[in-house]
Amino acid sequence: MKVKKAIESVMNVLFALCGLFSVAAVALITGYMIVAGIPAIREIGLVNFLFGTEWASTAADPKFGILPFILTSIWGTLGAVVIGVPIGLLTAVFLSKIAPPRVAAVVRPAVDLLAGIPSVVYGLIGMMVLVPAVMDIFNLKSGTCLFAAILVLAVMILPSIVSVSETALNAVPREYEEASLALGATQIETVFRVSIPAAKSGIAAGVVLGVGRAIGEAMAVMMVAGNVANMPGLFKSVRFLTTAVASEMSYASGLQKQALFSIALVLFCFIMIINSILNFVLKKGDKA
Amino acid sequence: MNNLRKRRITDAVLRGLVYLCAGLTVLLLVALIGYIFVRGLPHVTWQLLSTAPSALNDTIGILPNILNTLYIILFTLLIALPLGVGAAVYLTEYATNKKFIAAVEFTTETLAGIPSIIYGLVGMLFFAQMLGFKTSLLSGGCTLVIMILPTIIRTTQESLKTVPQSYREGALGLGATKWYMIRTIILPSSVDGIVTGCILSVGRIVGESAALLFTAGVGTVVAKSIFSQFTRSGGTLSVALYMYVSERGEFDIGFAIAAILLILVLCINAAAKFANKKLKSKEQRA
Repeated sequence: MKVKKAIESVMNVLFALCGLFSVAAVALITGYMIVAGIPAIREIGLVNFLFGTEWASTAADPKFGILPFILTSIWGTLGAVVIGVPIGLLTAVFLSKIAPPRVAAVVRPAVDLLAGIPSVVYGLIGMMVLVPAVMDIFNLKSGTCLFAAILVLAVMILPSIVSVSETALNAVPREYEEASLALGATQIETVFRVSIPAAKSGIAAGVVLGVGRAIGEAMAVMMVAGNVANMPGLFKSVRFLTTAVASEMSYASGLQKQALFSIALVLFCFIMIINSILNFVLKKGDKA
Repeated sequence: MNNLRKRRITDAVLRGLVYLCAGLTVLLLVALIGYIFVRGLPHVTWQLLSTAPSALNDTIGILPNILNTLYIILFTLLIALPLGVGAAVYLTEYATNKKFIAAVEFTTETLAGIPSIIYGLVGMLFFAQMLGFKTSLLSGGCTLVIMILPTIIRTTQESLKTVPQSYREGALGLGATKWYMIRTIILPSSVDGIVTGCILSVGRIVGESAALLFTAGVGTVVAKSIFSQFTRSGGTLSVALYMYVSERGEFDIGFAIAAILLILVLCINAAAKFANKKLKSKEQRA
């Protein structure tokens, strides 16, 4: 009996430790990001760092301004959302309300597969197909640019938007739609005037999730965006926050390396803000 | 009458757009897979799969990368599985403090949202430098453990919630202790959720590159033993794809690896679908 009791309490503690692990992991990541990211910001100055328009980390007189990266990340993400959300939402409408079950059974796995394709594969396709195509169509010297990155990101955020929106659309009470149909609205009118407004918080959650994915994506973007620290322009070679970290990390040292950690800290702050928005949206959706 | 016509036109246009978008999504996938298979499969040769790269013979082989991928999957699951399942069991079976549960669930969601490049940096700072693991498969594996934890916790939790309350009451009523009940009743009946979590995690590990670039590195050597493989730098397939394409311009090799990765993803997706179906059918019974 005593042994049994001992085992019981040991297991209780063990399971609690497992539960604590993820709390500890988040604490570790947050701690490291702050400790590693603050020194360079202190040395460079917060305003110079965040709003400096020039990044020349290896020059004789190095400049560490990351405004180009911040703006590129914001524009890139916005662009991906502008292209990806309408396509994703309409695909979700198709899956949830319009497609016959047999067709949906083909389209849905396709969307899941898109989500499973590794980002380097997207990068490869972007590099070999998209970039030359962009170069030809818009008559540019080089096709590696913000526009190519936006297209790749739009495809990459599509699956999260489709699956979250579809779940939200499926959860709309049948009575709402039946009432609308009974009043003489067509199926399409019902979807766009009743179902989508009723599912808006779920759809919003999908969009925010997509924003998080787009802003955090590194490898695929690195392969198509060109990686020059320009201020963003649709057909200019640009560098995102993520690619700024990834492209210089392997050879950086001293203040340059510390500055890269500071960039990661800025990215981390962005992600935290997006996560809190997501949490807020989901909570609001639960209440409604 | 005019109004009705306008409605009809809007209707047709919107319906067309919906079909167009759904078609576009499917077409995108088909084109993607088709293109990669056409460009990649001809370059998947036995020599590519079974040798290490050799500067002497000027050949490229991806055997080391295949092994690294395999090892890192095994290592990561071996550690993350008990941790994740344990955490899920604690949350659903033991924890009574609402605030603590909320805290754990919040941090799990946070972990799921952190981009992989940040995992890579923290893994580099903590495992590779602070703990002295250096750039090695070990550092990479430890980093991935944290990264896939949310997936395993969430799927296990979902599955645990489908175990009927009466099972628990029955076991406890017959005098079983809590741990005995969990070991013999709860875990066996939620094994499908745990399996789903594993499959999804394998998918994430196979596709991961940004978190591994600075933790596990890009090494392409087959070591004499598993142990020494873990203590040295080793690139997985995804990392190798990136290195061959971006650093060396070996596009054919890149497409070959991409084709292999796609085949893996197809298998993983099919397996996940199968496991999920089992989970769903149980939910309906419960």
